[in-house]
Amino acid sequence: MFRYIVRRLLQMILTFFGATFVVFALMFANQDDPIQALAGEKPVSDSLREALTERYHLDEGLLGQYWYYMTNLLTGDLGESISGRDISALLESSWPVTVQLSFMALVLAAGLALAAGVWSAIRRGGIFDNGVLAFTLLLLALPIVVLAPVAQWIFGMELGWFPATASRNASFYALLLPAIVLATTVVATQLRVTRTSVVENLRADYVRTARAKGLAPRRIIWVHVLRNSLIPFITLIGVDLGVLMSGALVTEEVFNIPGVGSKLAQGIRTEDGPMVVGFVSVLVIVFLVMNLVVDLLYAALDPRIRYE
Amino acid sequence: MLGKRPWKMAAVAAAISLLVAGCGSGDSEDPTATANTVVIGINEPQHLLPTNATDSSSAQVLNSLFYPLVSFDAEKKPVEVAAEKISASKNNRLWTIKLKPGYTFHNGEPVTAQNYIDAWNYGAYKPNAQGGGYFFERIAGYADLNPLDPDGAGPEKAPEPATNKMSGLKKIDDLTFTVTLSAPFASFKSVIAYSVFYPLPKAAFSSDGVIAKGFEDKLIGNGPFKMKGSWEHDDKIVVEKYSDFKGVVPKIDGVTWKIYGDQMAAYADLVSNNLDVQTAIPTDALANAPADLGERFLKSENSVFEFIGFPTFLPQYKNANVRKAISMAINREEIASQIFLGSRTAAKAFVSPVVSGFRENSCGDACNYNPTKARDLYRENGGPDEIKITYNVDGGHKSWVDATCNQIRASLQVKCIGEQEPKFAVMQDKLQNKQDIGLIRLGWIMDYPLMENYLNPLYGTNGGSNYYGWSSTAFDTLVKQGSEASSPEASIKKWQAAEDILADEMPVIPLRYGQNVFGYSERVANVEMDLFSKVNLYEIETVV
Repeated sequence: MFRYIVRRLLQMILTFFGATFVVFALMFANQDDPIQALAGEKPVSDSLREALTERYHLDEGLLGQYWYYMTNLLTGDLGESISGRDISALLESSWPVTVQLSFMALVLAAGLALAAGVWSAIRRGGIFDNGVLAFTLLLLALPIVVLAPVAQWIFGMELGWFPATASRNASFYALLLPAIVLATTVVATQLRVTRTSVVENLRADYVRTARAKGLAPRRIIWVHVLRNSLIPFITLIGVDLGVLMSGALVTEEVFNIPGVGSKLAQGIRTEDGPMVVGFVSVLVIVFLVMNLVVDLLYAALDPRIRYE
Repeated sequence: MLGKRPWKMAAVAAAISLLVAGCGSGDSEDPTATANTVVIGINEPQHLLPTNATDSSSAQVLNSLFYPLVSFDAEKKPVEVAAEKISASKNNRLWTIKLKPGYTFHNGEPVTAQNYIDAWNYGAYKPNAQGGGYFFERIAGYADLNPLDPDGAGPEKAPEPATNKMSGLKKIDDLTFTVTLSAPFASFKSVIAYSVFYPLPKAAFSSDGVIAKGFEDKLIGNGPFKMKGSWEHDDKIVVEKYSDFKGVVPKIDGVTWKIYGDQMAAYADLVSNNLDVQTAIPTDALANAPADLGERFLKSENSVFEFIGFPTFLPQYKNANVRKAISMAINREEIASQIFLGSRTAAKAFVSPVVSGFRENSCGDACNYNPTKARDLYRENGGPDEIKITYNVDGGHKSWVDATCNQIRASLQVKCIGEQEPKFAVMQDKLQNKQDIGLIRLGWIMDYPLMENYLNPLYGTNGGSNYYGWSSTAFDTLVKQGSEASSPEASIKKWQAAEDILADEMPVIPLRYGQNVFGYSERVANVEMDLFSKVNLYEIETVV
């Protein structure tokens, strides 16, 4: 187990450097003129252009710029965004709210998916099952770019049930609507994976045995079947983290939440290489760690799984 | 491994973490939305140091923290505000600025002439890379602070500036200083109204010419409001009344500048009364705004000027009559009302109506929609069979370019297509490499309300925004003569003569003037916006 974790951590370092380089190269390829992008359509004076080019090494090639970035990074300095803001301070201020939002979305989605998934698996073919099927189809068909503004309009502006926007120090209540919207991006797949998996396990031999020895049906389903059905579900949660992060890009923009998603979108718009790479690097780390945790959870669910 | 009752534990853990996530920071009630203060929506300012702040959001915030030397009256004439008297020498080269006594910065420091000189020198010094640095160009000695790279993109580096003080700035006494310009300029007084000319207190500098770390987040100004706490990036900037302020006192006690990443989110807050003023209602909300806001939805003029340029390296548009024919083929009014829902107005001059010297229809017949005349003129002069209008897709220009093309197609019976470029910078690149990108869509926002601020940058041979390369010696001479004329009135005469050359030559097609399209909540009244798209903080008041 210990050796397994060490090996995974070593792999992570490689993945991390690879990912930052790829992102850096992509940002570089997308970079036309960050100085102009910052100024909008206002003309940039020669004097200003020269000074900024020198400050951010914009006249260097890809490898030159990456070298400057990496040498700074290894000394713990994430650098400055092109608008002159300290990237580590930016990260510090935008992570908490995004973590809060994604976590709420994840809990909401997982809770609903498990409850409804198990229920519709038990009553397979019933009204509830079919209703849930139609509902998940609807959610899958609605992209978040449509769902988020519509939800804001209906529940925030027209009905006034929720605040129309949130902010950095938003309350649980203000973040609830964005979290629900965000949860819709992952809940449908989670629900259907749970249902399928439970349906399959209900037919397993051990369930028949348990029934035969007179175990209470509730205990069979919620303890034995569910635990065995959770492996695909847990795997999915690891993957869903990525979906949530990309969904946060839209949700945060619509609900005015100054988190990672909205900063990332802004960085891409202004061709701000250092800022995008800084944010993505941290995202990569979160993603890797989450997936390691998911892999370790397998063992908790199924003692047959061993790590070497 | 998980214990006897794993799911109970998991449920409890989930509940706890949800609570923790929710209660992490219980700042739900906005304390600023109380009392006699207003909440105004902005975007995240790029910078707040006055000499580096050139975007409209920072201009709004600075307007609350600083008191300008000069502002403009109803006739757009400059009048002294923080300055007692601004006078020029006979040839308009030496300007003497005398400050009103008794003013202090928010930290108690008296405002002196040196504060202006220090701030301006900092702004002009090239290594500081200040976005508003070019405003100091007219002051003698600017060139010494801004030596340019001798070989452009070549291997040689630009030399270090020999000095960080402009020779044109001289302190006479504590409240008086003089500004020597490198060339006479009769309207210099209008220029210094801009936010880059604000003073900075001694506390702003950690040593000579170096801004103290963190000053930008806790700005100290000389205006009616002072900062409460520091700049909370991407969230808000709160300002409150400065009790020792000696100028015109606003009716409100404070402003919360609420920062939005997306203007649609701001609109949602405006409609649900969480935001008091939105200074630019987004296009997507324009259709609903009159119904949502009723009489609280307003428009006022601003300095935006939108037009189409003809790159001069394209031979097919060399003939001025072809250019005029295309202009006549466009129904400006229809696009302004149908596409922009009245948020723009049709332009028939080469400068914006917000500057003095503007004439209603200086463009003449060439800007009036007349499809038959346009077609005849176009045919006679052998206009090209295909017209292309290039625009950047990130600016929401598709609908009006398509509409313009439809009008051109119908009027001239030639092919017309809208060509997309991903960004403005890509368009600039292609222009520089003289690629055939056809007509280009452009826009301009003035820095100071003078005709010159449209004529020079847009049509002057060395104009910073003259991307199409139009050049006329007669025009350049007239603009220069205007700038160096003996009085602002005499300047306007020359500039109008220069504009007449534009009407003859038609280097661009004027299309539309912008407007401030803004709205406010039920909590406030007397909301006005000026030509610089700033909320008038001295008039706005709260109701109830």
